[in-house]
Amino acid sequence: MFLLRLKRTVKLGAKSLWMHRLRSTLTALGIVFGVCSVVAMLAIGEGAGRDAQDQIARLGAQNIIIKSIKPPRSDSAKTGTNRYEAYGLSYADVRRIRDTVPHIQEVVPKRLITLQATYRNRSVTVQVIGTASWYGEVHPMRLLRGRFLAYMDEKRQQKAAIVDQQVVDQLFAVDDPIDTNIKLKGDYFTVVGLVAPSGAAGPAGQDAARLKTGGRAGDAAVGNIYVPLSTFKTCFEGSRERVELEELTIKVDSTESVLLIRDALEVLLRRFHKNKDYQIIVPLELLRQAARTKRIFNIVLGSIAAISLLVGGIGIMNIMLATVSERTREIGIRRALGARRSDIIIQFLSETLLLTLTGGLLGIALGLIVPIMVTHFGDMPTVITGQSLIMAFGISAAIGITFGLYPAYRAAHMDPIESLRHE
Amino acid sequence: MTTPSSAQSSDLTSGAPDATDATADGAIVRTENLTKTYQMGPSELTVLREVSIDIKQGEYIAIMGPSGSGKSTLLNLLGCLDRPTTGRYLLGGQDISLVDDDELSAIRGAKIGFIFQSYNLIHQLNIIENIEVPMIYQNFSESASEARARELAELVGLGDRLRHRTTELSGGQQQRVAIARALANDPLIILGDEPTGNLDSKSGKEILDLLDSLHQQGKTLIIVTHDDDVSLRAQRVFHVLDGRIERIDVHDN
Repeated sequence: MFLLRLKRTVKLGAKSLWMHRLRSTLTALGIVFGVCSVVAMLAIGEGAGRDAQDQIARLGAQNIIIKSIKPPRSDSAKTGTNRYEAYGLSYADVRRIRDTVPHIQEVVPKRLITLQATYRNRSVTVQVIGTASWYGEVHPMRLLRGRFLAYMDEKRQQKAAIVDQQVVDQLFAVDDPIDTNIKLKGDYFTVVGLVAPSGAAGPAGQDAARLKTGGRAGDAAVGNIYVPLSTFKTCFEGSRERVELEELTIKVDSTESVLLIRDALEVLLRRFHKNKDYQIIVPLELLRQAARTKRIFNIVLGSIAAISLLVGGIGIMNIMLATVSERTREIGIRRALGARRSDIIIQFLSETLLLTLTGGLLGIALGLIVPIMVTHFGDMPTVITGQSLIMAFGISAAIGITFGLYPAYRAAHMDPIESLRHE
Repeated sequence: MTTPSSAQSSDLTSGAPDATDATADGAIVRTENLTKTYQMGPSELTVLREVSIDIKQGEYIAIMGPSGSGKSTLLNLLGCLDRPTTGRYLLGGQDISLVDDDELSAIRGAKIGFIFQSYNLIHQLNIIENIEVPMIYQNFSESASEARARELAELVGLGDRLRHRTTELSGGQQQRVAIARALANDPLIILGDEPTGNLDSKSGKEILDLLDSLHQQGKTLIIVTHDDDVSLRAQRVFHVLDGRIERIDVHDN
């Protein structure tokens, strides 16, 4: 009995919306755009956050990175007679870390230099990384052809080089890079291996590379070339060298001990580097920070979207109040003819709900398109989660009820006699 | 409450209520010292003073009186649109003074048919849909209410224009729709608030003829009017003045 009546009352609401098509459409538009912006904003926020997290995750959540930095100026200025005073990490530090700090799986030393690589008449700017054969243990990389650096390369100071695909693309064109010789600052290196570029292709990947190599990659470096540390030392180190090692990557046995080991390293390094010429970076911390940032980002974007939804909701309430007062007489007639307050409430509430729910569905459809466009034209990653869709739909339903209830209540509580007299 | 099945009986206007609908002496409308007072700021305005009337099943009653006499208030009380300040109102044996708003709505829907001076049709709806309105609230199925609305439209002489908008109709035709609507739930009483007030004399006469025929079929009619034509057709005329029934004329027609 009740369901029958409910069905007819809802139908009535739909009919009256249909009779005021333009008004209904305009009213629903507020919700359409509101829901659309919720879905789109969340997708963009989620995408941006996940992108940053991916980049940091590529640094390795189990890793701790220590970088050499120029010590604060005040110290060296006082004592500094020598402009080329040495600073930063040294091989001694590597030994000390290996010997004294527990839970460490690998320590990868790294030297960096940006220079011109030449092959035949072609030359590009590359980032040369002098490192150890176990580099891959800490920075997972995909070997495409040949081999990576070996122990003997290091021991014999072989002029062996591993190039990444980006270098190959720029330097070799159609030639097979393996076993060719490339010239790096006066020395010829034999290419023994080819690896996939670190990180994804495109600008995001380069950002990752820049982050990984301590922001030194420079805008011009197209890719990475890996050479043995010992060779690096002999070939690229000038007499006026100031830094022994640019970077150390330390792999810890589990993510739980990362922060603990960071503290241990800090204590150890502080003893030998009184001038604070190092910097410890913990990707795990960055990752957590990025997650926090993402959450804040989502909250900010979400609240902007929520405000637009609120505005849409207020618009709906406004129209519904106008509709109620416009239809005062109809309400009076219905009440006189036996409609209960609940019937009137259902009639108007169902109108609002129909408006907001169809608005919500349209908004979701539109909100699915926007992130695709953003990804396509704006070159920004976006991630649409089912959660956000459910939330958007839930919000539009909630708005329908919240902003529909008051007008419906007003309609239901009008005095039938007064309403019938209303012109 | 009138059940849909009884409302759908083939005799559309069978007015005979169950014996339980009437009080012991056959009155389906009985008021006892009905008083209505409005609070106007600090002062009170009594528009109806201790009105006691009895109306029997099948009677045709006219209520007359100058404006401000309280006849509209009386009609609103009889129509369960309002509740008395003091006094009792028994409709079909049920004490209206005691029920809540929802029940009052249900009683209006089931036991009272309204005919208004300005017709009060819903213009967004067509004729059939207008006649269906009271049936929606009595839980008629769509097919049942539409079928009955059709029959009622035929009965009031509008069978040929069921899907028309009400705005396309003349005043007389609109009032016929309103009468059909008033009959939809086979009410105990039909209340008219100046049903001919907005009509020219010819359409007014047609409407009064239609009301007469309803009366002849056993319907109970209570009509507020200024129109002497109406009062002449009624069996009893209540003259209201200053919130009281001043006198009652009885016609033998």
